[in-house]
Amino acid sequence: MALAKFFRRGRWDDERARELAAHLAIEIDANVARGMTPQEARDAARRKLGNTTLVREEIYRMNTIGFLEALIQDLRYGIRLLRLNPGFAAVAILSLALGVGANATMFQLINALRIRTLPVAQPEQLAAVRIAGDHPNRSGSFNGRHAVLTNPLWERIRDRQEAFSSVFAWASPEFDLSTGGESRPVDGLWVSGEFFHTLEVRPLLGRVLTPADDRRGCAAPPAVISYGFWQREYGGSASALGGTLTLDGNPFEIVGITPPGFFGVEIGRHFDVAVPLCSEPLSRGPRSYLDRNDGWFLAAIGRLKPGWTVEKAASHLRAISPPMFKETLAKYRAEDEKDYLDFRLGAIPARTGVSNLGDYERPLWLLLATTAMVLLIACANLANLMLARATAREREIAVRLALGASRVRIVRQLLAESVLIAVAGAGAGAVLAQWLSRVLVASLATQNDRVFLEVAGDWRVFSFIATLAAATCLLVGLLPAIRATATAPGDAMKAGSRGTTDTRERFGLRRVLVVAQVALSLVLVVGALLFVRTLRNLVTLDAGFAQSDLLIAVLNFQRAGIPDVRMPAAHADLLDRLRHQPGMEDAAKVRNVPVGGSFSNRNLIVGGVARPESVNFNWISDRYFRTMSAPLLAGRDINERDTATSPRVAIVTESFARVLFGGQNPLGKTFQIDEPPGTPQPVYEIVGFARDSKYSDLRDPFEPLVYVPATQNEPPGSTLRLVVRSRLPLTQATSTIAALAREIHPSIVVEFRTMQSQVRDSLMRERLMATLSGFFGALAALIATIGLYGVMSYMVARRRNEIGIRMALGADRREVVGMVMREAGRLLGAGVLVGLAASIVAARAASTLLFGLGPGDPLTLLTAAAVLGAVAMVASYLPALRASRLEPTEALREE
Amino acid sequence: MPKRGNAPIQGELLQGTLDLLILKTLALGPAHGHTIAYAIEHRSEDVLQVEHGSLYPALHRIEDRGWISSFWGTSENNRRARYYRLTPEGRKQLTEQTNRWDEIVKAINRVLRPA
Repeated sequence: MALAKFFRRGRWDDERARELAAHLAIEIDANVARGMTPQEARDAARRKLGNTTLVREEIYRMNTIGFLEALIQDLRYGIRLLRLNPGFAAVAILSLALGVGANATMFQLINALRIRTLPVAQPEQLAAVRIAGDHPNRSGSFNGRHAVLTNPLWERIRDRQEAFSSVFAWASPEFDLSTGGESRPVDGLWVSGEFFHTLEVRPLLGRVLTPADDRRGCAAPPAVISYGFWQREYGGSASALGGTLTLDGNPFEIVGITPPGFFGVEIGRHFDVAVPLCSEPLSRGPRSYLDRNDGWFLAAIGRLKPGWTVEKAASHLRAISPPMFKETLAKYRAEDEKDYLDFRLGAIPARTGVSNLGDYERPLWLLLATTAMVLLIACANLANLMLARATAREREIAVRLALGASRVRIVRQLLAESVLIAVAGAGAGAVLAQWLSRVLVASLATQNDRVFLEVAGDWRVFSFIATLAAATCLLVGLLPAIRATATAPGDAMKAGSRGTTDTRERFGLRRVLVVAQVALSLVLVVGALLFVRTLRNLVTLDAGFAQSDLLIAVLNFQRAGIPDVRMPAAHADLLDRLRHQPGMEDAAKVRNVPVGGSFSNRNLIVGGVARPESVNFNWISDRYFRTMSAPLLAGRDINERDTATSPRVAIVTESFARVLFGGQNPLGKTFQIDEPPGTPQPVYEIVGFARDSKYSDLRDPFEPLVYVPATQNEPPGSTLRLVVRSRLPLTQATSTIAALAREIHPSIVVEFRTMQSQVRDSLMRERLMATLSGFFGALAALIATIGLYGVMSYMVARRRNEIGIRMALGADRREVVGMVMREAGRLLGAGVLVGLAASIVAARAASTLLFGLGPGDPLTLLTAAAVLGAVAMVASYLPALRASRLEPTEALREE
Repeated sequence: MPKRGNAPIQGELLQGTLDLLILKTLALGPAHGHTIAYAIEHRSEDVLQVEHGSLYPALHRIEDRGWISSFWGTSENNRRARYYRLTPEGRKQLTEQTNRWDEIVKAINRVLRPA
């Protein structure tokens, strides 16, 4: 009602105007009738009616909602101002869009990773079961991304716990869809029968798995596929139901499809196929973990009973732990056995799901802090620009204040401009963030590590962006607006007349803003340099082998039907044939490919004494060192005479000799592996001495490493991992190897990657940090430099008179340049000092992400300060030069 | 022109009184602004001088409350003019406000001329 009137107020006004005109006409008629002349009649009528404009205004006001009216007016005014100055508007909106976009991107990722709850019913009731403590010292074999429990432990938890209304175990293996040849990996799930029931996930089509499907020894188990897999592999056809899927060579019947939003319980992953846990032996054959007390590969999540808290569940699990661990004790060394018996179960909240992207959490928070600083710098810069604009309009504002405009009204009008900039900037930033976060997530995925992170905005992201917009608006607009209206009108009208310079107080705020910008951007430049140098240190470090022209091939013999005892011979046969292929320079077998993340270690007995440190072990074939281009320092390589029955031999590294033999020549010395009681402990003789090499992770320091022949004591396995040195083009090399594998047995599955891509993938986090922090650092430095340039130009412009007088009195150009540069230097110096102090404090948060340098690295600090200082001084030199080129007469004649 | 020598009262009308006078005037039949102004002056024997301009905000306010409605018509000397007429609600208001006015006058009189 009131609103309708509000929108019709313009038409109303016209109507009133006509009515008043009619009134006037009638009155004039009457006056003429009384005998006045037309002129007299008109004047008298006007007098009688009074001020019609005032009347109309009064009626107009009755029709308006004051606040809304003023707001629309202010916004229109703001738009006009921005259109008058498109350059300023573009820079302002663009810089805010970048700032807000970067912040929103980081927040979206953190939200997706850590804050958002699982898309299942009542996720807050979910709790994950695990062994209490941060890093329980477990021994045995580990498999999968979330190897928290063993199957014997899980079965006892399932049968004895009382905290959960239902609980399930799961693992996320990779299945192979192919029936031979190059592998076709899919993301699988082994789930216990209660999985879907506990999560309360209902099928989109067909049915989900139930406890009836998960019975030990299941021979023809069913499979449930995800919506994504259904769309991708079956084009969403309902005929997929009832079809058969081959996983690791075993047939599974598809009985159901899960709804689109359901991806499992692992953040950052999407499962393709879920099969019952009882089918694990079908994939792993004789190496099944189901009955292994030291085979860690499961994780468990339960739904709390009504009235139970996570803490209560944790103490319940703790109480029922001791017998479980006693019953599931494996053959361990004495210390390991003690550790195992001391384990207690615990529970942690699982409402946000489970993730192994935790590596990225700290970088993301750091990057969010970085982007927040970029936004702050951009805001400071805009505030500075707005201050300059407000100063330029000082007289206009003074006139309006003098004419009776209220201060609040003028502040509001000045704020309108920043509201528009903030809203436009935040809007553009939100759009940018959608795109940026997708690009970022895509860049996190590697060949072996598919990452699906749902980054769609939700209400949290929206309110985050809205808060940013409001904050920027206040930061950018409020201070300048209050400032601009604070001067008494009289002073402002007087100012600008001849001979005045800016007062220190009024100019002070702008100086503070510039100092803050310089300080903040120095922090970011220091951070960027730290991360760039970290990446450089990692990329250029000597890994102990030559990374180029090195191909990694993983061949799975499991379905070839070769018994375990004949497996080594089959592997040796393939390796031998491969070495004779044209273009293959060399090839060797290795159990754990360097920088691949996997490792094995053992405890040693040296000179009859058990050593406390565990030592890295790797199992290799002959010519491994030649293939890796890492020639032995002394001694001999493994050869064909080192067999399962010959005396045990080993090749050790420099670090091994240093740590275990005090730096003596290790050749000819011996050691034993500290096996559990009852297992033979053969003596190994050291026959070779190798250079240090990186093992599981490029970031680890060189550690003692023992190479032993794969023919002697290697744990059995059907997987053959090869390193191949070849100058052939990649596709030619891989097809040669694949053809060879097919020749031996058509069911052998092969997977390839190059050493270089493996190294590159392992440095993903560092590359991400270096790229993003480098970009933000450069952006921050650029904005701060523009800020300094702006302030210096402004200062020169305001002091034209003074500079003119100085020059007229004999100051030469160099002195003028010096004066301006000294001023810039003071601002810069203050900013750099504050920035250095802040950097040293801030960099500590990043210390765990650095490699090869400390957070307070003096060279980095100095370089950052020097680079920023140099760029900023160049930027201030331009205004200084302009000041020195002033014609004194012109400067004085003005105004 | 005052007939009994009473000085005209201008711009001192009590808040709301003008509204009451307009309603009373319109009770006799539809009229436009000019007529209403003169009618008030005339019937008050020129004691109450309405500033014509101030009449219109009052008319607007009363119309807004739904006590009067308006339409365009032709005046006695053939000019287009906006006419106002009392609505049933306005008629009720007139009675109520007249009673209220009487009470106020009585009350003021009791103060000014105690028995």
